[in-house]
Amino acid sequence: MLGQSWRRWAGCVVASSYELSHEREYYAIRNSAALFDVSPLYKYHVSGRDAARLLDRVVTRNVGAAKVGQVLYTCWCDRDGKVIDDGTVSRLDDQRFRLTAADPNYRWLGDNARQLSVEIEDVSEKLGALALQGPNARVILEQATESDLSKLKYFRLTTSSIRGIPVTITRTGYTGDLGYEIWVDSAAAVPVWDALIESGTPYGITPAGMLALDMARIEAGLLLIEVDYFSSRHALIDAQTSSPYELSLDWTVALDKPQFNGRRAIRAELARGPAWRFVGVEVDWTTLEANYNAIGLAPRLPTQAWRTSVPLYLGGKQVGYATSGSWSPLLKRYLTLAHVEARHAKPGTQLEIEITVEHRRKRALATVHSLPFFNPERKRS
Amino acid sequence: MTVHRYDAIVIGGGHNGLVNAAYLARAGKKVVVLERRHLVGGAAVTEEIFPGFKYSVFSYVVSLLRPEIIRDLDLPRHGLEILPLESTITPMPNGDYLGGWADHDITRREIYRHSKRDADAYDEYNKLMHHMAMAVKPLLAMVPPDPTSLAPSDLKGMLKFAGMFRSLSTRHFHALYKLMTMSAGDFLDEWYETDVLKATKSASGIIGTFMGPRTPGSAYVLLHHYMGEIDGAFRAWGFAKGGTGAISESIASAAREHGAEIRLNAAVSRIITKGGRAIGVALEDGDEFHAPVVVTSLDPKRSFLVLTEEKDLPADFVEDVKRYKIRGSSGKVNLALSELPDFTCLPGRGPHHRGAISISPTMEYVETAYDDAKYGNFSRQPYMDIVLPSMIDPDMAPPGKHVMSIFVQYAPSNITGGWDATKRDAFGDAVVDAVARFAPNFKSSILHRQVLTPADIESITGLTDGNIFQGELALHQLFFLRPAPGWAKFRTPLKGLYQCGAATHPGGGIMGAGGRLAALEILKDTSLPFAARVPR
Repeated sequence: MLGQSWRRWAGCVVASSYELSHEREYYAIRNSAALFDVSPLYKYHVSGRDAARLLDRVVTRNVGAAKVGQVLYTCWCDRDGKVIDDGTVSRLDDQRFRLTAADPNYRWLGDNARQLSVEIEDVSEKLGALALQGPNARVILEQATESDLSKLKYFRLTTSSIRGIPVTITRTGYTGDLGYEIWVDSAAAVPVWDALIESGTPYGITPAGMLALDMARIEAGLLLIEVDYFSSRHALIDAQTSSPYELSLDWTVALDKPQFNGRRAIRAELARGPAWRFVGVEVDWTTLEANYNAIGLAPRLPTQAWRTSVPLYLGGKQVGYATSGSWSPLLKRYLTLAHVEARHAKPGTQLEIEITVEHRRKRALATVHSLPFFNPERKRS
Repeated sequence: MTVHRYDAIVIGGGHNGLVNAAYLARAGKKVVVLERRHLVGGAAVTEEIFPGFKYSVFSYVVSLLRPEIIRDLDLPRHGLEILPLESTITPMPNGDYLGGWADHDITRREIYRHSKRDADAYDEYNKLMHHMAMAVKPLLAMVPPDPTSLAPSDLKGMLKFAGMFRSLSTRHFHALYKLMTMSAGDFLDEWYETDVLKATKSASGIIGTFMGPRTPGSAYVLLHHYMGEIDGAFRAWGFAKGGTGAISESIASAAREHGAEIRLNAAVSRIITKGGRAIGVALEDGDEFHAPVVVTSLDPKRSFLVLTEEKDLPADFVEDVKRYKIRGSSGKVNLALSELPDFTCLPGRGPHHRGAISISPTMEYVETAYDDAKYGNFSRQPYMDIVLPSMIDPDMAPPGKHVMSIFVQYAPSNITGGWDATKRDAFGDAVVDAVARFAPNFKSSILHRQVLTPADIESITGLTDGNIFQGELALHQLFFLRPAPGWAKFRTPLKGLYQCGAATHPGGGIMGAGGRLAALEILKDTSLPFAARVPR
């Protein structure tokens, strides 16, 4: 097919879209199934007697309490309780874990492992990762693995094989839909991709790139590092950092754990209340349309997700900023992800968002919305 | 006999009836929808006629479903999912084809392959149509004003109407006038020289009408397509996941959530009147439903000549309804296929299978198809608009298998001697033969065939003469003349009786505009405040 486009991701090259337009790939995520190459994720194997202890020192969730076969989404913080990164921790067995991350974390894990009996291996290059997402993901994967996946629950993992190639399957993803990620020795990743395409073709599988993924993750309310927040490791000023509470990741913070990086600062923050919240903000159609109609145009909607900072106002004063936004072709709503001052972040709060209409800055009404925007039953069922 | 009491009764659970009920219920009315069949949707239904294969039995694409309805009723939350249907190919007798693709420049290059002149005209033509569609589109959301009335609301409406034309430049106004009066063929002749391009474009203008591409007045419908394009990224145009029945189901779900009751297998036998007022309806089983508001979503012939007694209506109104043109002109063939059709012009599996396939190779072909119908026959070589829903939504057929939806024109409702099983089969054969000319593997891939003549469409859905638009979308039956002069505002000569189907402004297609506008008028009359937007 014509028109592939590519981009960089962590020193690798991944598809932005496999066709001239990413539209069909986007719809595949919600209507049939989309297959993504997410191998550029950073991946670490942490094993040994103190593996759980190390991870519990680093991340905010309670890793020690996780069962074998469980996957945790989590963030991790610096000493000041500011988020460094977010990713998943999979408990492969009692003393063996896999951490996925958006940024390199080998050194950070090592620094935190002092005096612990633990082995850390960077498997970023060795391990390929494919994400199969969409309502038909399960039936396709069942055909490819010749196994029953109905018992594999949301955020759990299992081992299996595809065409004789051993794989780990986690019921995870970045789309907020029914979906799986398949972890495989990178040398064998291409045959696994081919097998999935073959099993999936009768079910409408479509290779998909980052443009489609970006729209889906906004509907799912999933934040993206370097876009929706900055790693405190890269922040040049304090204002660029965010705490887990400021990213509305409260549920990932296990304050009852005895010790983890940033715990003291986070407790103190909780006592005084976070300054910011990370929320959904929906752009009101009627005022958006009126702004365009006023100059004789039909409303223009973004055809791709945007990743710029857009001011949000309340009573003429800026109270926040949207960091990602997308028209949702599925929901027929214009969605953004935004940082809003905590006192204005209650769902239903009416704000204004800056829009550019024919070179001129205008404002449209916008409403604070709880996340996710899209949360289908099939995601967990 | 049981009598049930409601604030409003909606006759017919097609998409307009459901939209109407949803808006009335949303405003706090106690509403019941009475549907004759075992499922909602009317002509927008999905049925598993052959095991494992789901057919959008009648209506098969969604064109102009009003964005305000999608938003007001939050239809995506109720399951509405509109998938892109982005290309059209027209196979040609010489083994070539004409393709129209999602990407503007690729389409332009494709036209360039056929004619350098036409490739340039394409951009200009699009721009012109955009301007005209922008001017005309507000009509879709407007209650038609009566041009002969001096009532303030009518004068205001006429002013608004005039204002739309004022927004057009002189050149565009002239073009609009031509578009309203010319034939699609003649209008396109002014722009293009490529025959297959004109044939394909003009064919979209004759869908559902008893006109040929050379019939004056057929150009207007060319505009409808562009009205959908103005919605652009909003995309109210395409293929509904789960077939068109899923659209109806989503509206029904929204209606129920707002408190509307939907009764299936509830065939209305008559509208009950008392002292010039409609006061309810009686079902075939004898049960009665009483309400101060009765809304019919059926076509006017059925509403006023079948369900209502003539003596209850003014004679001139009855005459107008009798004169209302509602000839059926199209049929439908639904197929279950073991494999994709392999088109000679584009061999193998490809993106063209995800779009429309138009069997409209030449202007003469389409006009000849009309000639057959004019003289009381089905077209021996019909115009066809084909889609493969399973290529867009794989759930429509078992894995690896396919469903094909073929809209066929012409199949006149008044075929000489009337429709019967033999003619239906012959019609089905003509359709299959006409496709097989362009895809040799086609015939042997057919696992099941459902052929629907206008007579079948009428017997299943109740649409008089099987007319898919509840009356032709011809200029003399549009706007303030739809369905009858003086009765374009969703009201009827009977107090308390309203109409909301495709026979009302702005007409057919899965638009829902009639259902919505009628509800807003009813709420005005009953002076119930129109409920504020329901917060999500």
